[in-house]
Amino acid sequence: MEKGVIESKILSGWRSIFRKCVFRVLRVGPIPSHIAIIMDGNRRYAKTKKVDKGAGYEAGTLALLYMLVCCYELGVKHLTVYAFSIDNFKRKPEEVQKVMDLVRESIPLLTRMVKRCPMRVHFAGNLQLLGADIRIPAERLMESTADNSKFVFTICVAYNSTDEILHAVRESCREKCDHIQEISGIDASNGLQGKNGDIHQGDQDLIKLEDIEKHMYMGIAPDPDILIRTAGEYRLSNFLLWQTSCSRLSSSFTLWPKFGIWHLAWVVLDFQRNHPYFGKKKKAAVDLANGSYFSSSPPSKS
Amino acid sequence: MDFKKETRILYCWIAQIGNLLLRSLWRLIHVIINLCYLTLGIAKAFESYLISWGILRRYKSLQVAKLRYLAIVVESKDACQTSKIIELLQWLADVGVKHVCLYDMEGILKKSKDFILEELDGAILFGEAYENNEIPDQAQMTLEFASFSDGKEAVAKAANVLFMKYLKSGATDQNQEEAIFTESQMAEALKTVGSGGPEPDLLLVYGPARCHLGFPAWRMRYTEIIHMGPLKSMKYGSLIKAIYKFTMVRQNYGK
Repeated sequence: MEKGVIESKILSGWRSIFRKCVFRVLRVGPIPSHIAIIMDGNRRYAKTKKVDKGAGYEAGTLALLYMLVCCYELGVKHLTVYAFSIDNFKRKPEEVQKVMDLVRESIPLLTRMVKRCPMRVHFAGNLQLLGADIRIPAERLMESTADNSKFVFTICVAYNSTDEILHAVRESCREKCDHIQEISGIDASNGLQGKNGDIHQGDQDLIKLEDIEKHMYMGIAPDPDILIRTAGEYRLSNFLLWQTSCSRLSSSFTLWPKFGIWHLAWVVLDFQRNHPYFGKKKKAAVDLANGSYFSSSPPSKS
Repeated sequence: MDFKKETRILYCWIAQIGNLLLRSLWRLIHVIINLCYLTLGIAKAFESYLISWGILRRYKSLQVAKLRYLAIVVESKDACQTSKIIELLQWLADVGVKHVCLYDMEGILKKSKDFILEELDGAILFGEAYENNEIPDQAQMTLEFASFSDGKEAVAKAANVLFMKYLKSGATDQNQEEAIFTESQMAEALKTVGSGGPEPDLLLVYGPARCHLGFPAWRMRYTEIIHMGPLKSMKYGSLIKAIYKFTMVRQNYGK
């Protein structure tokens, strides 16, 4: 991806002025704090343009960078995108390789963009499934931008929700085990054993909801206000299932590479229309989560 | 000094007029959007009546067998309208949908479960028929009732079930750890704590906006989520259209 393309298509002066005018109008109303996007339709776009799938993915990457700048200028605080699912490893090897190449090429591009638009870049997912040629530069970029707080850009790669939940549960179990060991000074299962050899868990030994949420890959961001899926599909495809209890699920018929400022403006205006309703829902969800008393513990096992 | 003060006042006035114009433009845009949605709502209502009267032929033959498990999410304040819920379930029974999960955030539907089951002839609780992780093939309609507590809270409870297994395994061996923290083990743990259940193929949201309101995350990976509008204005034709659209969907499951 050439620097010149980015400059001319995204960061050019008159386009920037035009965007600022549109966003000034939108900012009269509430602006979503966190937008999540499932970037669907790259392959269908390539088919309509009669080009190979790789070109479709490249067009999708350009659209992503444009949307990144738009969200940054609009005043959105978090942008999360579903770049590559664990299930996508089932695709043809050349397709997987193309996407991996694009992820790898986008890291130096993002490094340059961070200088112009200070942001924190975060890669969420099971990064151990990625090659070292992507994982190591990604980790370096995350480390170098960790202190930026104005805007957080999260790229979900080698991610899916069920894997995220399992990972969080596993980490919670390890942490709780270590904690018990620290306190009792002996092996955790021995530490919890009663006189008859069965394992008893007191309230302090239970894994709680906040323990799990702390270990989520998406733990650095609040729940999304809006989740957009392009290409006219109506499912979440294992993306942010845990985090979208009170999110506006928005479906756009536009294929991702064609998603632009007007589609974003429409989504934000729609969010503003429903904002009072979602505010109430978020409060209700928090009340339910705080009001519920987690009293059940697994039965004692001998 | 007077000139500077007057210039400041002038800029203040210009800014205020500018803000007023911006607000007016923003409100005008929202009025236009609301009119668009109103028009769309009227068109959808008209279409649903055409479907109900059998005028639109393509909706006459539904491949309902594709819809193995349906979930319905309703607002908790609407969940008290049990007559509407029962009417909806009767429509689904007429169409041939056998297995339904009813969800509302606060668990109001759970409290009305006995009444609903009584009103629907022959309907039974899903849990009684669900064995070996397979959706049973039977003539009776089965109903499942879920709420917010079957979502994140249930995962926390299931985590403790896995934690017990983790402790008993000695918590040292990597291979044993990998064998404990798997999707199938998690599904079993959720079943143990009373929040197991199949993944719905289709989830219909009856409310002001398209939002799943905390439906159990573990069971929604590839579920199609359709917004049906408020429960009080539910229409049979819209239900048929939603089921028809679902039967036309082709999923890649990530491939």
